[in-house]
Amino acid sequence: MKEFTPAADSPSIVSVTDRVKPVALGMAVTSVHFLGSRAAFVGGEENVGLVDAKGEVSTVAVHSGGILSTASDGKHLVLGGDDGKVVSLDAKGEVTLLATDPKRRWIDAVALHPDGAFAWSAGKFAFVKSGKNEEKSIEVPSTVGGLAFAPKGLRLAIAHYNGATLWFPNMAGSAEFLPWAGSHLGVSFSPDNKFLVTAMHEPALHGWRLADNRHMRMTGYPGRVRSMSWSAGGKALATSGADTVILWPFASKDGPMGKEPAMLAPLQARVSVVACHPKSDIFAAGYSDGTVLMVRLEDGAEILVRRNGTAPVAALAWNAKGTLLAFADENGDGGLLEL
Amino acid sequence: MSEVTSPKIPEKIPVTVLTGYLGAGKTTLLNRILSENHGKKYAVIVNEFGEIGIDNDLIIGADEEVFEMNNGCICCTVRGDLVRIMDGLMKRKGKFDAIIVETTGLADPAPVAQTFFVDEDVQKNARLDAVVTVADAKWLSDRLKDAPEAKNQIAFADVIVLNKTDLVSKPELAEVEARIRGINPYAKLHRTERCSVALADVLDRGAFDLDRILDIEPDFLEADDHDHDHDHHHHHGHDHHHHDHGHGLKHYHDEEMQSLSLKTDKPLDPNVFMPWLQNLVQVEGQKILRSKGILAFHNDDDRYVFQGVHMMLEGNHQRKWKEGEPRESRLVFIGRELPERAIREGFESCIVS
Repeated sequence: MKEFTPAADSPSIVSVTDRVKPVALGMAVTSVHFLGSRAAFVGGEENVGLVDAKGEVSTVAVHSGGILSTASDGKHLVLGGDDGKVVSLDAKGEVTLLATDPKRRWIDAVALHPDGAFAWSAGKFAFVKSGKNEEKSIEVPSTVGGLAFAPKGLRLAIAHYNGATLWFPNMAGSAEFLPWAGSHLGVSFSPDNKFLVTAMHEPALHGWRLADNRHMRMTGYPGRVRSMSWSAGGKALATSGADTVILWPFASKDGPMGKEPAMLAPLQARVSVVACHPKSDIFAAGYSDGTVLMVRLEDGAEILVRRNGTAPVAALAWNAKGTLLAFADENGDGGLLEL
Repeated sequence: MSEVTSPKIPEKIPVTVLTGYLGAGKTTLLNRILSENHGKKYAVIVNEFGEIGIDNDLIIGADEEVFEMNNGCICCTVRGDLVRIMDGLMKRKGKFDAIIVETTGLADPAPVAQTFFVDEDVQKNARLDAVVTVADAKWLSDRLKDAPEAKNQIAFADVIVLNKTDLVSKPELAEVEARIRGINPYAKLHRTERCSVALADVLDRGAFDLDRILDIEPDFLEADDHDHDHDHHHHHGHDHHHHDHGHGLKHYHDEEMQSLSLKTDKPLDPNVFMPWLQNLVQVEGQKILRSKGILAFHNDDDRYVFQGVHMMLEGNHQRKWKEGEPRESRLVFIGRELPERAIREGFESCIVS
């Protein structure tokens, strides 16, 4: 860090905190996703709080236990629970049961494909259900840490110990193993389908260039990376885990190989969650001290959305048009900002 | 630690690790814990579903998935499945009072313990309470000869439930106890039939709590000198200040796994001691299973306490030395083929002359 930006509560930073519509969720919150114009705040267990533009909350019961995993395409929210169920929630608040694990194992990870196919995992097995097709499953060497669909074709990335597996569920014998020692948890394809990135248990990301499986090591974090978000067009990958937002450059064909990441929005708190704007080169960042900032990628200019002094920010999301920003801290103290 | 009146830190959930060789009676103990009318709710992480006869909404099946941390330290292994399960359980915080992790009979307890040392998120929410090892009075002596896992579990234990005592004679029981003490003289030992032990003796022990190291373990570090309740053939009142004791270190000396205790009433130089200890666990960490210590540093009115698992150490100033309390430094190591002489000499060199 060469320069230190003023603390979030200092008067010199541009602030829009007075334009935020406060939302009291009344439950622990772990993530938020937009379903149309409604923000779906996911609770730690049992419920989702659907919040409309006026800030009114309606609570929907989705699981009979802890909610372990979520994925959304902007129209549906797929959730996996410790009740062994995979459910879908739509903007109207309707819940559909998608699958039940016969042994009631925890549903550790879920993923949603743009065409409506969905995937989930329980233990070492990943499952895919696509349209009217039979559900397909694959066993990987160890417990699944994360799932992601490729942006093109029906291809699933499965993160696990010592690497990731790429699988075309409709092609038998198609599983390809990408090795890298360690425990891989989160996983994400770059929007151009050229790179696969995993967030590891250790404080690092690992990446593969899919054309030749070349490795990309992205290290130097003080803490585990729990949140990753691709900037508009996939030019950069914004990540949590440090006391600044770390953005890895992915615009060139080599991705971040041999390049330094950008470090924006430094605070004296750990970045807990990041969300890039879907259209503009702006991202929002939530911190462990409750701060929420909006930051311009180009020059790092910051706007204060929420002041510090609360529980860590756990949930942060933009709607598809990029006109609404929703956030909440771990205790369910949330807000909506209309731009 | 100084008196800080900061906002109250949320209580960390205690985690009890339940180990024991195949057939020793782990499941019996688990069922006993769960069925007792204690008004508490436990989240139980088990390896085999279906063995538990109690309805409990928080029984989680786990595959013991051990992986090496990518930090170049080969004994830094953690239980990846535990990291994941703890993460999931924390979403239901407030729905249970404690967590019990049952390991398989062949498991090494170290990766479980290390998970609580190295994982930031696990550490934030939970604290390791104690490693409880169930041992079979009839078969343990044999297993100590042929199963390294069984020896590990005894060496690692804070509490040993010596079960099935009704199946052995008195001399046999004395024999197996002596064998246990030859490996681990510091653990609390309870003789049981059908794992009938008071829950307070196995749960909420605070064995990894630096503040409670002494309070709850009166014979901690002194077991060697004060093991009076042992049987008559057990004469080992040797003094550790003498390095040239003629007979074996203990009456039942385990060839492979031993404990080593060090003691001095002279102050230690922290600038020599800390690097020495760090280096010792770096170099010999694979051999050292557990370590603990209470230290009196030169020109320091606070007691310093530490504990470790293999290469991982944690320590802190605990409290002021009390008036009249002897300012002694005491350390204990339990491990495999410990380089006793080098450790003793290294320790001596930390004493302020």
